[in-house]
Amino acid sequence: MTHPYLALTDADKAEMLRTIGVSSVEELFRDIPAGMRLGRELDLEPALSEQELSAHLGELAARNVDTTRELSFLGGGIYDHYVPAVVDAVLQRGEFLTAYTPYQPEMSQGVLQSIFEYQTAICELTGMDVSNASGYDGETVTADACYIAKHATGRTTVVVTEATNPQVRQVVKTYAPGFGLDVVEVPHHGGTTDPDELRQAAEGAAAVIFQQPNFFGCLEPAPDLAAAAGGAEALSIAHVDPLSLGVLEAPGRYGCAIALGEGQAAGNFPSYGGPHYGFLAARQEFIRRMPGRIVGETVDTAGERGYVLTLQTREQHIRREKATSNITTNQTLLALGGLVYLTWLGPQGLRDVGETCLALAAHAKQRLQERAGVELVFPEQATFKEFAIRVGRNARDVIRDARELGVHPGYALGRDYAGMDDVLLVAVTEKRTPAEIDRLADVLAEVGR
Amino acid sequence: MKLIYEKSQAGRRASSIPRPEGLPEPEVPEALRRAEPPRLPEVPEFELIRHFTELSTRTFGVDTGFYPLGSCTMKYNPRINERLVTLPGFANLHPHQEEEGAQGALELEWRLQQILREVTGLDAVSLQPAAGSQGELTGLMLVRAYFEDKGESEQRRKVVIPDTAHGTNPASVTMAGYELTHVQTDPRGNVDVEDLRGKVDENTAALMLTNPSTLGLFDENIEEIERIFHGAGALMYYDGANLNAVCGISRPGDMGFDIVHINLHKTFSQPHGGGGPGGGPIAVRGMLEPFLPVPAVIRRDDGGFGLDFDRPKTIGKVRGFTGPFGVFVRSYAYMRMYGPQLREMSEAAVLNANYVLARLKDAYDLTFDRLCMHEFVLSARSLKRDHGSTALDVAKRLMDYGFHPPTIYFPLIVPEALMIEPTETETKETLDAFCDAMLAIAREAAESPELLKEAPHHRPVRRLDEVRAAKNPVVKYGFAEHPQPETARS
Repeated sequence: MTHPYLALTDADKAEMLRTIGVSSVEELFRDIPAGMRLGRELDLEPALSEQELSAHLGELAARNVDTTRELSFLGGGIYDHYVPAVVDAVLQRGEFLTAYTPYQPEMSQGVLQSIFEYQTAICELTGMDVSNASGYDGETVTADACYIAKHATGRTTVVVTEATNPQVRQVVKTYAPGFGLDVVEVPHHGGTTDPDELRQAAEGAAAVIFQQPNFFGCLEPAPDLAAAAGGAEALSIAHVDPLSLGVLEAPGRYGCAIALGEGQAAGNFPSYGGPHYGFLAARQEFIRRMPGRIVGETVDTAGERGYVLTLQTREQHIRREKATSNITTNQTLLALGGLVYLTWLGPQGLRDVGETCLALAAHAKQRLQERAGVELVFPEQATFKEFAIRVGRNARDVIRDARELGVHPGYALGRDYAGMDDVLLVAVTEKRTPAEIDRLADVLAEVGR
Repeated sequence: MKLIYEKSQAGRRASSIPRPEGLPEPEVPEALRRAEPPRLPEVPEFELIRHFTELSTRTFGVDTGFYPLGSCTMKYNPRINERLVTLPGFANLHPHQEEEGAQGALELEWRLQQILREVTGLDAVSLQPAAGSQGELTGLMLVRAYFEDKGESEQRRKVVIPDTAHGTNPASVTMAGYELTHVQTDPRGNVDVEDLRGKVDENTAALMLTNPSTLGLFDENIEEIERIFHGAGALMYYDGANLNAVCGISRPGDMGFDIVHINLHKTFSQPHGGGGPGGGPIAVRGMLEPFLPVPAVIRRDDGGFGLDFDRPKTIGKVRGFTGPFGVFVRSYAYMRMYGPQLREMSEAAVLNANYVLARLKDAYDLTFDRLCMHEFVLSARSLKRDHGSTALDVAKRLMDYGFHPPTIYFPLIVPEALMIEPTETETKETLDAFCDAMLAIAREAAESPELLKEAPHHRPVRRLDEVRAAKNPVVKYGFAEHPQPETARS
């Protein structure tokens, strides 16, 4: 019996071996030295049938407590936004699912045009001139941007605000030594970054990275932070939430050099951290320093419009050690999910979802203070869909106790920030309801303090 | 066909967003409020679906037909994996969920690590890297951390790469802050050991090698190469792009490699998605385990599964969370469907490649006339010399026969290269049809070369002007100012 994913019959094999001129399949491996052959069966559990596999993975999935089984206010970079059915329908098209990087454009006009449309959507969202076809996630595109900044400025320091997502900072720090970059962090004051302090730190730096809304959910004085970077002739890099950009100003409109972020909130499921897509867009002057694939418009020999991978002399398969990045496989399918989602929303839908998040989060702040007696950590600051609260005892204990009652109340900021052991970061997406917010308030009233 | 933006009409929409009653007015400080809305498409749901369905029909995938794109391992992607990844317990699991609420996910990751240890013959695995090239970069970061720990990082600055390497290897070397040493290929297609000997010394940090190589050849000198590198105190990195050739037959760890990345989207059937997602886990020898990215996925003493952040020597993090989890679900499912029979997968891949090679090698040039592994590289240089038909022309003409072309002009050391990787998931009938087409094209090159020059004839577009695209980049829709093509076909 052949394996379901294989096809050759014994008769096929015999004929093929005859054509090749060898007597056995074993002989095809004769170049491998004897001492380097395994010489035994792989020590793996026996093959499963599809039905058994389905049962096994169903059992593993059932031991996870996902957002359909627990009322969740978790955010911290990945969010429980609604993913419409049209996203699934498009991503399950076998042609999109099983194609690869469109090296042969005549075979790949569909995926090329969709990437061109995605690049357009990202430029519209961010107010930038040029977008790549996607990066791995919001963390790695930030490291990519540091590489752009280093080569664009010749400088060797990057400044990142402490209020930027801790995982983003950690990935930047992991990449930095290879790039020949030092990383300097600028503290927050009362939940946001002081532009004057940032201006001083930016002196001589290649880039300044800040997040809007920042990791605490607070709205930074983003135009002032961009100006602070610009004043020091450092590239200003804004790490933004795509779903905030219907209500918050586009980074391109307040002078940022590069806008990037985690695309998950726009069209991808949380999926325990991936795969998602990172988006990266920049001003025109950086187009030849961009990492990864870029699709451009052209014409065919008959004058008909068409799309191709372009500016490939930036890329590793042409430029090798002088490439702007080593990236090849990116996140095209997830970025397509993003394009479908943004198309589903349209400009009005994007604004609606942003306003619902704003309104629900504002409502949640009030209710939690009134009903649960919690304090806002940064009461002076405007927020978007996330905010930090003090719960009066260790937040990790509060999470444990609240989960016993079927509610995940948020992210424990003490994991990343000193002095915040009793702080929870609460995320409220458009999927939450006022009744669910009351439920959170009741649970916190019971397990907090 | 029109862009989605060209189908947009103000006032249309596909979405409806809930807005519960009795909420406060949404407020944003004036200075931070968006002034102009983004010009996203405005279309009803049915137009959205028709648009993207039409785009999909203008895309060729493995589901459409034979896709022998060398070095990319375009094998069939089982549908059960797509169903499994959408289970709510996977798709809706938040990555900040407490470990006790993510035991199924952590167990799956841990089990996948165990399988990859066995398949690579190495001791420890990190699933975190997002793709092969990020696995390479992570591997080089481990090399640096290892030598820093030994006090040799100032001295060991060089990484050796053969001239057949994927472009990602040298690009990763630069990004990791290392210097490059190139080594040549010998007349049999192996690493030139004599050239190598003079280039490896106490300043060498590592070798990066793909084995079988991008020529589809298993390096016959691998034992000697291992002696040279380990003799000089350097590490050996295995680019796992071609692992599909040797699963269950020969393991990178047994070949002497210290660090390996595995392309889950090649060997282990994560669908390529038009260019991603991928997965690039790395497996290492025990002495490198302390340096792996955090968090590590571990089995706790109590039998449960957890995340270990307490790794003082870690290089840090290369990506968010524990890696692209949905990719792990698919690849784990795929490997459980095979178990020890993974060997049959590799045997079929190698048999298919050798069969196609045997049928084609008289009609095209073959630089290294040996048995191949899972892929091989032909050359169209005689077609070019005799008839003016290039590898590009052959590739475009293949489209007329309904096949995706092979990889062309790579590896760089073979002129007019056609790099063909059939994979194991094809019937002999399909392989024969492809061979018949390739042989017919070789005849056409002699008899009617214009058929090749003008190909493709039946795709949505003819050959595209890539020079124009690069010279004057138009990389987004320009709305009212968007350039219109000067001529139209109809």
